[in-house]
Amino acid sequence: MENQMKAVISHSAGTHSQKDRHFTTNRKKIIQRVRWNNFFRRLFSLSTVFAIGALVILLFQVWTDSVGWLNPGFLTRNLSIFPEKAGIYGAILGTVYLMLVVIPVTILLGVATAIYLEEYAQKGSIASFIRTNITNLASVPSVIFGLLGLAVFGRLLNLGSSILAGGLTLSLLVLPIVVVAAQEALRAVPGFLREGSYAMGASKWTTIWRVVLPVALPGILTGGILAVSRAIGETAPLVVLGIPTLIMRIPKSLSDDFTALPIQIYYWTLDTVLTKEYANLAAATIVVLLIVLFMMNSVAIVIRNKYQRRF
Amino acid sequence: MGTQTNVRKMIHDNIVSNKNWFDKMVPKILFLAALVSVITTLGIVATLIFDTVKFFQMVSFSEVFSTELAPLRAQNPTFGILPLINGTVFSSLIAMAVAGPVGLTAAIYLSQFASERVRNFLKPIMEILAGIPTIVYGFFAYSFVTPLLMKVIPGLGAKNVLSPGLVMGVMIIPIVASLSEDAMNSVPKTISEAALGLGSTRFEVAIKVVLPAAISGIMASFVLGISRAIGETMIVTIASGSSKAFTFDITQSMQTMTSYIVEFTSGDAGTGTAGYYSLYAVGLILLLFTLVMNLIAQYISHRFREEY
Repeated sequence: MENQMKAVISHSAGTHSQKDRHFTTNRKKIIQRVRWNNFFRRLFSLSTVFAIGALVILLFQVWTDSVGWLNPGFLTRNLSIFPEKAGIYGAILGTVYLMLVVIPVTILLGVATAIYLEEYAQKGSIASFIRTNITNLASVPSVIFGLLGLAVFGRLLNLGSSILAGGLTLSLLVLPIVVVAAQEALRAVPGFLREGSYAMGASKWTTIWRVVLPVALPGILTGGILAVSRAIGETAPLVVLGIPTLIMRIPKSLSDDFTALPIQIYYWTLDTVLTKEYANLAAATIVVLLIVLFMMNSVAIVIRNKYQRRF
Repeated sequence: MGTQTNVRKMIHDNIVSNKNWFDKMVPKILFLAALVSVITTLGIVATLIFDTVKFFQMVSFSEVFSTELAPLRAQNPTFGILPLINGTVFSSLIAMAVAGPVGLTAAIYLSQFASERVRNFLKPIMEILAGIPTIVYGFFAYSFVTPLLMKVIPGLGAKNVLSPGLVMGVMIIPIVASLSEDAMNSVPKTISEAALGLGSTRFEVAIKVVLPAAISGIMASFVLGISRAIGETMIVTIASGSSKAFTFDITQSMQTMTSYIVEFTSGDAGTGTAGYYSLYAVGLILLLFTLVMNLIAQYISHRFREEY
């Protein structure tokens, strides 16, 4: 710093030509630095272009593979080993049944857990232990939940690879998502609403049920929808439960074996070695799955933007 | 001040005196619901350890840490886990070779260079990328990326670890990018604006000011990315195949710990065999791997955090 100062002083004391030279070298340096800046700005923006490009190519590839295969018959027919006759009616039903288990279980357990942690738990060891536990649970690989489901629901409770076993396994997997979202929604409810309710003589539970929950509902719903859309796309835990490869029956009750959209994608992709057209069936199923997920996420965004009240 | 505390006390007394049996039951019921997540964790740990112990009663310790893996051999099956760890490490490294640089530079672009409008356009796309099910990435890796790579690399196998590694990298970009961006956004604007005011270019501010200040969060995002890659299942199961050879050749098939679990459960592993219990042993090691990674991430972000 001191040297720089001296240099500047000596320069200003020097002849006119020296001053000029100093000015031009400095100018060159600045131009060079600006060039580097522009170069790296473009280079770094390419990273985002890369990500977008990957997404576009992926969607385009899946779409072109599915063209001609995705038709009403594909949605209403059941599985078949002949690609032309195959449909995903059973898989769609399987996914719907799975969600009939996942939605009530995760929403009930998740919201109850969140209410306990936010409204009732004392700031103490048990609550912080449960919180740490939920954070860690969220980072456990999904395939491990499959092993848990296989050991506990599949073998111990003897549910086998039924819809109930699969649904409960998925519920535990996405439970942390609902809990965290519901916690945030409850935390965002301002204290004056609670105190106003108490001042009117309402009990704690009445306050939570009639005042806090209605205000927090949009946030809870958004989190719930995101959790369910995660569950719809999960494959690994279901495959680990041992869902049979090709079953032709349509599931009728929760204790039946089943197939679901992601499982069908998995087996068709694996079997492209045997029959090339299975790749098209897999792609068509992916399109159906992505459309469902896209619609659910849109609903979540609409709820978040339209009904979420800010205080 | 005084009136406020009085009111609070009145409210509190009111709550206590108004409690009927239902209001007393509610916290207990909710507590039971909260216990489910704890029980889930205990259940995971218990089943994994319980069956791993059984596994080690059948298979010797030295055999597990060998390179020979042939669980389905009728005569004398062997259970060396090193090929699986090898496959997991390689696929994760390839994924991070993509997700690390791309994710970080995308984060720098989003937090330092991009205008509000560009950011509002890019962030939802990143979210879409993060929301695509992994099975879809698996299909993409197997039916598009592998055939494409085959044209460039002649000796590439139809199942190889390179293609799923790259696709897994794309999958992890949003995770690294959003976490790194959060870390860089939490660096106070005053610091970077001071540097800009002194005549630094935006690039210089990003590299010399913001990056060093946010390095703990960035490192944590990398570690969480690795943890995600280790636990990723469907992409590697579909595109990397199930070769149990101990190899360092990334153009060939390698099996990861996750895809071993999937292969073995969808096969006919009868209860009570060493093969069935090996699932849980591999699962336990996988869980330890991801747990250690998450602990490292938490440690880094606490230990090296710059406080402002």
